[in-house]
Amino acid sequence: MTGAKVLLMMGCPEIPIQTSIALYLSHKLTRLGFDVTVAGTDAATKLLKVSDSDGYYAKKLVSLDKTLEDIIEKRTDFDICFAFMHSDAGMTYATTMSAISQAKMYSIIFGRNAEALAETIEFDCEKLVVMDVHNPVRLKNKVDKVMEEIVK
Amino acid sequence: MSCIEQMKYKILQEKTTFKVAREYIEKNSDEVYYVPPGYKIFKDYYVIGVPPIALGAKGNALVFTYTKPCYGTFVLTIDDEGSKKEIERLREMETKNVIASLKKDKPFESSKAPPTSYEDVWKK
Repeated sequence: MTGAKVLLMMGCPEIPIQTSIALYLSHKLTRLGFDVTVAGTDAATKLLKVSDSDGYYAKKLVSLDKTLEDIIEKRTDFDICFAFMHSDAGMTYATTMSAISQAKMYSIIFGRNAEALAETIEFDCEKLVVMDVHNPVRLKNKVDKVMEEIVK
Repeated sequence: MSCIEQMKYKILQEKTTFKVAREYIEKNSDEVYYVPPGYKIFKDYYVIGVPPIALGAKGNALVFTYTKPCYGTFVLTIDDEGSKKEIERLREMETKNVIASLKKDKPFESSKAPPTSYEDVWKK
């Protein structure tokens, strides 16, 4: 899978662990040889830009809506997509991605309503579910396991 | 930002879930059509959503969902020349689907919502 195109899809950055896991996942996957693009809302990408001002962890940072538009218009696509979500809107965006892209989907579901939100997902994906808001460690551990499976 | 935010729209439902928004459109439109995620309306707005995505017509107004990551899903309506064209396009698409299914000798699967009750049959 080395060289595969991976999209990290960030939603609303209201819950802190999203930014930290996005940076972690982007860096780890890049070091493993994946071609990683991080897409987000305006606020989510600004948080990443300020945290990683030299673009060391997230090398390709793009607009979420523009990325979806490019996939719909067949200008680009990805092999793997990690979709972050903590709300119905995040789930709605991830469902759209699963319908328009051929990428294998991983849904990263977090926040206080994570379990209930995970049950509303109707598309085919692997779910990483944690009810955490501030502490990213449990989610990091789940992400590590998925990365191990991907590089096997 | 899509062109929607520069257009004259009315908000019918705000900060809700996609499912509730879809049900609202189904219950409050004269005609309902279903489109796949990414269907483009008003030049540059690609509809985000969970299939089946409902688009409604009420008179000449188009009723549709608009999802914002930090705020949830809104139901918006636009009534102008553009909405008339969009409704015509949906009706044409429906007609083409019927013709295509007749040519293939397959039963037609309508993208239009079936009437929900006997009374609905006489609404039009």
